[in-house]
Amino acid sequence: MPTIAEIFETMEYGPAPESPDPAKAWLEAHGRRFGHFIAGNWTDPTDDQLFESRCPADDTLLAHVAQGTPDEVSQAVAAAREAFGEWATMDGHRRARHLYALARGVQKHARLFAVLESMDNGKPIRESRDLDIPLVARHFYHHAGWAQVLDREFPGRPPLGVAAQVIPWNFPLLMMAWKVAPALAAGNTVVLKPAEYTPLTALLFAELARETGLPAGVLNVVTGDGRTGEALVSHDDVDKVAFTGSTEVGRRIREVTAGSGKALSLELGGKSPFLVYDDADLDSVVEGVVDAIWFNQGQVCCAGSRILVQEGVAETLERKLRNRMETLRMGHPLDKAVDMGAIVAPVQLERIESLVEQGRREGAHIWQPSWATPEEGLFYPPTLCTDVAPAGTLARVEIFGPVVALMTFRTPDESVALANNTRYGLAASVWTEDVNLALDIAPRIKAGTVWVNCTNLFDAASGFGGFRESGYGREGGREGLEEYLGARSDPEAEAVPPTGSRTESALAGGIGASSDGTSGGAASETPDTPSSSFTADGVGVDRTVKLLIGGRQRRPDGDQGLVVVNPAGDPVGVVARGNRKDVRNAVEAARKAAAGWQASPAHLRAQILYYLAENLELRRHELAHRLAEHTGVAPEWSHREVELSLRRLFDYAAWADKWDGRVHETPFRNVTLAMHEPVGVLGMVAAPDAPLLGFVSIVAPALALGNAVVAVPSERYPLVTGDLIQLFETSDLPAGTVNVVTGRPGEVVPTLADHDDVDGIWYFGGDEALAREVELRSTGNLKRCWVDRNAARRWASPTEGAGPAFLRAATEVKNIWVPYGA
Amino acid sequence: MPDTRERSSGWGRVDVRPPADAAGRNPGIPLDLDRVATIRLNRSALERRAATLGTRRSVKKEWQAGWLLRALTLMDLTTLSGDDTPGTVRRLCAKARSPLRPDLLDGLEVRDLAPTVAAVCVYHSFVPVAVESLEGSNIPVAAVSTAFPHGLTPLSTRLAEIRASVDAGAREIDVVINRMHVLTGDWDALYDEVRAFRDACGEAHLKTILATGELATLTNVARASAVCMMAGSDFIKTSTGKETENATLPVGLAMVRQIRTYAEETGHRVGFKPAGGIRTARQALTWLILMKEELGDAWLAPELFRFGASSLLGDLERQLEHHLTGRYSAFHRHPMA
Repeated sequence: MPTIAEIFETMEYGPAPESPDPAKAWLEAHGRRFGHFIAGNWTDPTDDQLFESRCPADDTLLAHVAQGTPDEVSQAVAAAREAFGEWATMDGHRRARHLYALARGVQKHARLFAVLESMDNGKPIRESRDLDIPLVARHFYHHAGWAQVLDREFPGRPPLGVAAQVIPWNFPLLMMAWKVAPALAAGNTVVLKPAEYTPLTALLFAELARETGLPAGVLNVVTGDGRTGEALVSHDDVDKVAFTGSTEVGRRIREVTAGSGKALSLELGGKSPFLVYDDADLDSVVEGVVDAIWFNQGQVCCAGSRILVQEGVAETLERKLRNRMETLRMGHPLDKAVDMGAIVAPVQLERIESLVEQGRREGAHIWQPSWATPEEGLFYPPTLCTDVAPAGTLARVEIFGPVVALMTFRTPDESVALANNTRYGLAASVWTEDVNLALDIAPRIKAGTVWVNCTNLFDAASGFGGFRESGYGREGGREGLEEYLGARSDPEAEAVPPTGSRTESALAGGIGASSDGTSGGAASETPDTPSSSFTADGVGVDRTVKLLIGGRQRRPDGDQGLVVVNPAGDPVGVVARGNRKDVRNAVEAARKAAAGWQASPAHLRAQILYYLAENLELRRHELAHRLAEHTGVAPEWSHREVELSLRRLFDYAAWADKWDGRVHETPFRNVTLAMHEPVGVLGMVAAPDAPLLGFVSIVAPALALGNAVVAVPSERYPLVTGDLIQLFETSDLPAGTVNVVTGRPGEVVPTLADHDDVDGIWYFGGDEALAREVELRSTGNLKRCWVDRNAARRWASPTEGAGPAFLRAATEVKNIWVPYGA
Repeated sequence: MPDTRERSSGWGRVDVRPPADAAGRNPGIPLDLDRVATIRLNRSALERRAATLGTRRSVKKEWQAGWLLRALTLMDLTTLSGDDTPGTVRRLCAKARSPLRPDLLDGLEVRDLAPTVAAVCVYHSFVPVAVESLEGSNIPVAAVSTAFPHGLTPLSTRLAEIRASVDAGAREIDVVINRMHVLTGDWDALYDEVRAFRDACGEAHLKTILATGELATLTNVARASAVCMMAGSDFIKTSTGKETENATLPVGLAMVRQIRTYAEETGHRVGFKPAGGIRTARQALTWLILMKEELGDAWLAPELFRFGASSLLGDLERQLEHHLTGRYSAFHRHPMA
C-alpha cells in the first residue's frame, strides 16, 4: 500500500470497497439455496433442480436457485388465482397500505438490496445504490397512490386477473418493481419469473413481501430459465402477460399467446438515437453520452447507442469523448469509485465481442481508451465506433454493451430520417440549446421516450415503453396502469339486435356467387351496368362497391367481385373482392397520407368528422333503408343505427381536440410531456353485425386522433360501405387517410396483419381462428393488436362502443422530458 | 444556420496565439467575440453532473488522508473581516506556516513534506504585516483589490489600488470584475478592464473574481470566464465570499470547462479558485474530484488550484487527526489561526 506521502504526490483514487457482508449474511441465512416463493411459502427444491447464480465480476458462487418446472408454474398460477378474488375486491386503501409497506421495506433494506443487486448483476454499487433501489421504492410509493385513488380515477375498470411477468437481468429489481407495482395496485395478482442470471433480489423482495404481510399468493416468484418463462406465459389460467427483454423473445411470447385472449405488454430492445446539434453544450453532451451508453455497461434497453452529430461539431465531440473515455474507471462493482462494472454473463460478453469484431470487419473504426480492463471477471471497455454506415451492424443491431456508434448528419430533417431509420423505437435523446429545434425534433422521432438535453431519466409517474419493434404498452404513470385494467362494460345497454336468422343465407349467397366466377370485372368496371347473371331476374342490383384507395375508387387487382345477397337470399349488390395487392396499395396510400394527417390540427380533423356527419345526415333515410334491406333488422333499429353512427361521428369530432396529453409530475426540474400521438397506419376489421355503426365506431376514433386507416368492412354486410366511401369522398378527407378494402377476410386480413408498414391492427371480425392469425402474424413488426374478445359488444353503448378505450388504442403515449434552467 | 464555431475554430488560431511567457503565465489573447457568443451552457445538465461528482468517486482511508493533506496545501488561508487587526493577521500567518500539529505530521509520516498553505489572503492594509510575518516561508501574500467586493470605484482608483498592493509586497492580486459588464453583455469593457488589471499587476499573479452569485446564469459565468482568460487572468475565481451564493459545483463546472477549452485551444493553463462556503473536508474532496475529473492531475497543484477559505482548515485538521486516532476530533484540539 502506498504511503500517505506518496498518495499526496500521485493523487490517485485508491480502492473504495462497499462491504458485501450484509448480502453474504442474507445468503448464508438461506443456506445459499432458494426454492420458489409460492402462496407465501418457499418450496423445497430437489438437488437436480438447482442451478447457480454467480457474481460476474469475480465468478464467486452466490447461491443455488431452482429451475421452475411446469408443475411449479401451475402451482404458482393457482396460488395467484386463489388470492385474486380477495385482493381484487379489497378496499383500495388497504391495497395502498400494502404497497406503501413494500416501499418502506425497500427503503429500510436499501443497502442490502443494492449490494445484492450489484453482486448478482455486476453493476456498480453507485448505480444500484443511487438509481435502481431508490427508483424501486419510488415505484411502490407512486403505485400505493394509484391503489388509493383507483376507484375514482378509473371507475368501472376491473383488474385483469393473474399476471404472468417475465423480467430481464439488466435492472433486476427495478424491472420487477415496474411490473409488480402497477399490477398489484390495480388489483391483479402476480406470478413473476426473474431472469436466470439475476434472481436474487426478487427472492429477497418476496421475503420482504411476506414480512410486510402481503397476503399469500398475491405475489409469487418462480425462478428458472426461458423454459420456465414459456411455461408461465403459455399457462391457460393467466390473464395478462408482461415481458421485458429481447425483441426475439418478445415475438415468441406474442406467438405463444396468440388467440389466447391474454392481454400482453412487451418492453423490448432498442437502438436509440442520441442526436447532437451544433448549438448543443458539448461538454454536457459528453456526460450525456456517459449516461447513455456507459451506464450499466450499456446493458440498457434504451441506451443511446447511436450518436448522430451535426457534421460541423463532430470532430470536436469525438475528441472530447475520447478524452472523457480515458478518465472512466472500471472495476469491481462493489468499488464505490467505478463508473463501469462487469458484463452480466459470459455469453453476453461474447456477443459484444463478436458484434464489435463484425463491425470492424465491415470497416468501422473502433476506438477504446488506453487503460486496461481488469484481468479477472467479465469486463468490456467503453468503445466508440466511427466510420459506421447506416447499413452497418454497429448501426442496426442492439449490442447491449458499452459500445456506441457515431455518425453525422447535415440538417435537422436528415437527423430525423437517420434517427427513425431503425426497426426499434424505444427512446431518443435530443441535445440542443434551441427550444424551437428541440420541440420540432422530439415529436418527429418514433420513440416512446424522448429526453431533451438529458438521457436515461426514469420515474414512476412517467410511462416508459416503445414504438415499433421495441414493443407495446407502457410502464409507469397513468398510461402504465392502463395495462393492468380491463375494459368498462355496460350490461344495461341496448344490444345490437340479432341479424342472425337470415344472415347465413346472406353469407352463403355471397360465397357461392363469387366462387363460380361471377363477372366481377364487368361489374366493377361498369357498376351501373350490371352484367352478372343475377341481374336478369330484375331484382335491381344497381351498384358495385369498389375499393377506396388513395382517395379514389379502384377496381380490385384481381378484377373479381363478390355478390351480396340479402337475408331472403336475393342478390342485392356486388362488392369488390380485394386481394393482397389491394391491401398493399391501400397501406401504401395510407402511409403516404399518415404524416400529413397527423400534422393537421385537431380542429381540422374535427371539422372533417363533422362534415362526414353532416353528409351522413343528408342520406339518413337512404342508409337506414339499405341497412334494413340488407341485414333484415327492423327499420326501427336501422334508423337507430344511422342515428348512432352520426352521433359517434360527433363524439369523435368532439374528442379530436380533447384527448389531451398530460404533464407528468416527475421529481426533477423539468416538464415531462406525455404527448398523445397517433399510432400511425392502422388496419381495422369491422364487426360483422351493425355494419354501419361498427365501422364508424372504429374508423372515427382512429381518424380523430390522426391515424391513417385501412379498413375492412363487415364481411356479412359490406354494401353500406359503398355509401360510406361516397361520404368519405365528399367530406374533404385527404386522399389516403381512409382506405377501404372489401373482400374475403381470410384473403385480406392476413395480408394486413402481416404488413410491416402497418403499425397497429384492430380486429373486431369475430372469427376466432382469424383473430388468432392476426395476433400470430403481427409479430413481423410487432404491430399493436386490439383483437376484440367481446363478441356481444354493445355498439350502441357509449361505454362499450365508444370512448377512452378506443381513443387509447388509437394513441401512442410519448413522454418528452424537457429539463430547464437558465 | 452559420456555424460560427467552425469559422473561428476557437481561441486558438495559431497566428494570433502569443507565446506563454517565461513564468508559464497566461499572457491572454485578443478578445474573440465570436467565440464568446457560441458559449451556451445547459444548467440542468451541469447540475446532474455536479450531483454525481461526489457519488461516482470516493476516496477512503490512506487515500483520503493523502488527499486532505493536498487540500491543505491548496488553501488560500483568508481573513477578510472588517475587524481584522495586525494581531489577527499575524496569527493567521503563523497558522499558514504550520497548519498541522507536529504530532499529526509525524503520525501521518509527512513531516518531510513540510506542508504549508498555498497563500495568505488579506485586505490591502494588512499586506505589509502579512509579508513580514511570512518572511522566509515562501508563502505568497495575496491581496484582494479593485474595490473588493463590489468593484464599483473609478478604474483609476482600482488600478492604483493594485499597484499599491504590489508595491507593498503582494505577489497575488485577487480582483473583482464589474458585474454590470457581464449582465449587459459588454464584453469589450470587461476585457479592457481585466487587461488593465493585468498590466497593473506586473509580476504579481492576477486572480479574477467573477462573483458568480451575481451573474444570474451559467452561460454568463462561462462567457465571463472566457473573457477574463482572454484578458490574461492567471486564475479565475468564483466569489468574493460576500455574495449570497458562493462557490457551487455547477458554477465550478461552468468555469473549469472553459479553462479546459482555453487550454486546449491556446496552450495556456489558467488556474481555478472556488471561494466561499467551502467549510468541510468532504466538500474539499468533492472539489478535488471535480478538478481531477474535468481537468486532470495538473490542476491539483497550487499553481493551478486554490481553495479560498477561512474555516476549512479546522475541519481538515480534525479529519486528519481522526484518520490517525480513529476517534472523531474537536476543533479546540487544534491551534487556532
